[in-house]
Amino acid sequence: MSAASPQLSLRPTGRDRRRFLVNRIMESLGTAAALLAVGVLVVVVTSVALRAAPAISWDFFTKPPNLFGGPGGGISSAIVGSLLIVVMSTAMALPLGVLIAIYIAEFASPRVAAPIQLVLDVLNGLPTIVTGIFVYGILVVGHVQSAYAGAVALAIVMLPLVARAAQETLLLVPSALREASLALGVSRWRTVVGVILPTAFGGIMTGAVLAMARAAGETAPLLFTCSIFNPAVSTDVTKALPNIPVLIFTYSEQPDPVLHEQAWGAALVLMAFVLLASLSAKALLARSRRKLGR
Amino acid sequence: MMTDDVTIPIDVAPVEIAHERRAPDTAQREVVFDVRDLAVTYGSTTAISGVNLEIYRNLITAMIGPSGCGKSTFIRCLNRMNDLVPSAKIEGQVLYHGQNIYGDGVDPFAVRRRIGMVFQRPNPFPKSIYDNVAWGPRVLGMKRGLDERVEKALRRAALWEEVNDRLKRSALSLSGGQQQRLCIARAIAIEPEVLLLDEPASALDPIATSAIEDLMHDLKREYTIVIVTHNMQQAARVADLTAFFSLEVGEGRRSGVLVEYDSTDKIFTNPTDQRTEDYVTGRFG
Repeated sequence: MSAASPQLSLRPTGRDRRRFLVNRIMESLGTAAALLAVGVLVVVVTSVALRAAPAISWDFFTKPPNLFGGPGGGISSAIVGSLLIVVMSTAMALPLGVLIAIYIAEFASPRVAAPIQLVLDVLNGLPTIVTGIFVYGILVVGHVQSAYAGAVALAIVMLPLVARAAQETLLLVPSALREASLALGVSRWRTVVGVILPTAFGGIMTGAVLAMARAAGETAPLLFTCSIFNPAVSTDVTKALPNIPVLIFTYSEQPDPVLHEQAWGAALVLMAFVLLASLSAKALLARSRRKLGR
Repeated sequence: MMTDDVTIPIDVAPVEIAHERRAPDTAQREVVFDVRDLAVTYGSTTAISGVNLEIYRNLITAMIGPSGCGKSTFIRCLNRMNDLVPSAKIEGQVLYHGQNIYGDGVDPFAVRRRIGMVFQRPNPFPKSIYDNVAWGPRVLGMKRGLDERVEKALRRAALWEEVNDRLKRSALSLSGGQQQRLCIARAIAIEPEVLLLDEPASALDPIATSAIEDLMHDLKREYTIVIVTHNMQQAARVADLTAFFSLEVGEGRRSGVLVEYDSTDKIFTNPTDQRTEDYVTGRFG
């Protein structure tokens, strides 16, 4: 009674064994690919960090570049300039992007929304060098390079990212909340401002932070619009301001090894900013998930 | 038959009428809604057609019927919530105190302001308990005495005792039944005349359901209540009048129709229409 029937085997045989093997192989391939992605990041981060190490010092963050080269000097002016430019471009792209998202998600009929979404996706795929030339053509030619021209170029880069991220979040807001508000006799716009935006706030901010991280590292738009600058610390946005991406680009082309080191240092700063932004975006997203009840 | 001098034998027990459940005398009642030949289509599908009925003040009117018979579609016509469905097309008239709410120049927001709604699943805003109730009045400009207004609404919704010590806490921390009562408080905080309840207890447990039903009996003193329910016992327990909707299938077209509308007692004990009888006796649906 207790002996298993001879036909019943729970060990893999024949085809089962093959399936088992194929499953194992595909699983390991997938794991290897995932490890490769992590590996690439680790290699990039460590190599940048190693090369940047000699440049990193208190002075590096607090002093502007030496006017005549040589050791010493830092990138404080580029940090200030980059911050200013990114803040300005966010100030332009965020409200506009959120308004676009609100229009698509809350007001537009599907027939209107679909082409707008497509346009945003195309804009997102637009090579940033093209964005740079475009802004150069309308804001710089005949005038001078300026931080605000650079900010406009970066805002164009950010706009589709912000708008699409905000739209995705707005679509996650349960329609029951819209109904609840509209059933109180509250207008659509007040519903958007009072119920939907607060619910979607975390997700929208996540998109904004990621877009900022992306914009902070964009170089091509700034090459045309904000690359010929006085290296001193300045907050005059009507003039070209030093900024990290262009600084990395120009320093790496210089013959001076000190400047090479500083370029690596600036790259590390930029990378740290992007990493920090991604992490805070993740935290924001977790917060908003709770609010969305997911 | 009976004359004044006939004494009633004392051994006859008086007829017990719980919750004033005798057939309400509708002729004496003010008509709140007068629905005339209402038809709703979504694209090429007809949800309901040819619905005529009157809804009376301070009574609870229940809509019952099998799934897909259009009872929810019907109730959502009463405060123009169907406007939110782009493909919905409404024909006929819904007269609210004699005014067609689908007439020219009627603002759907003004309609919804007077005709509140509570939905199937509790849908509190992700705000504090206080703000859930206060938000509507605040946005609609009823800012004076907001604290009192919130307290009054929560008391009427029989929720005040349970939440008065944690008004600043998130509404999402409440249980399902409490959330639904909060939604009722939110709806009555702006002092509507009518409350539309679309299967308000279908997502709740029996205890929470019973709390909501008790609440409805209290609320009908001040409000006119229309409730959709798939639960016949619930309709029998709470409603004064009951409308039975059914799905009419013919010529390849399906459409919800109003089969019978009468006092709840009549619908459940002695319906006129065979289809109603089949449904209330559990033969289908």
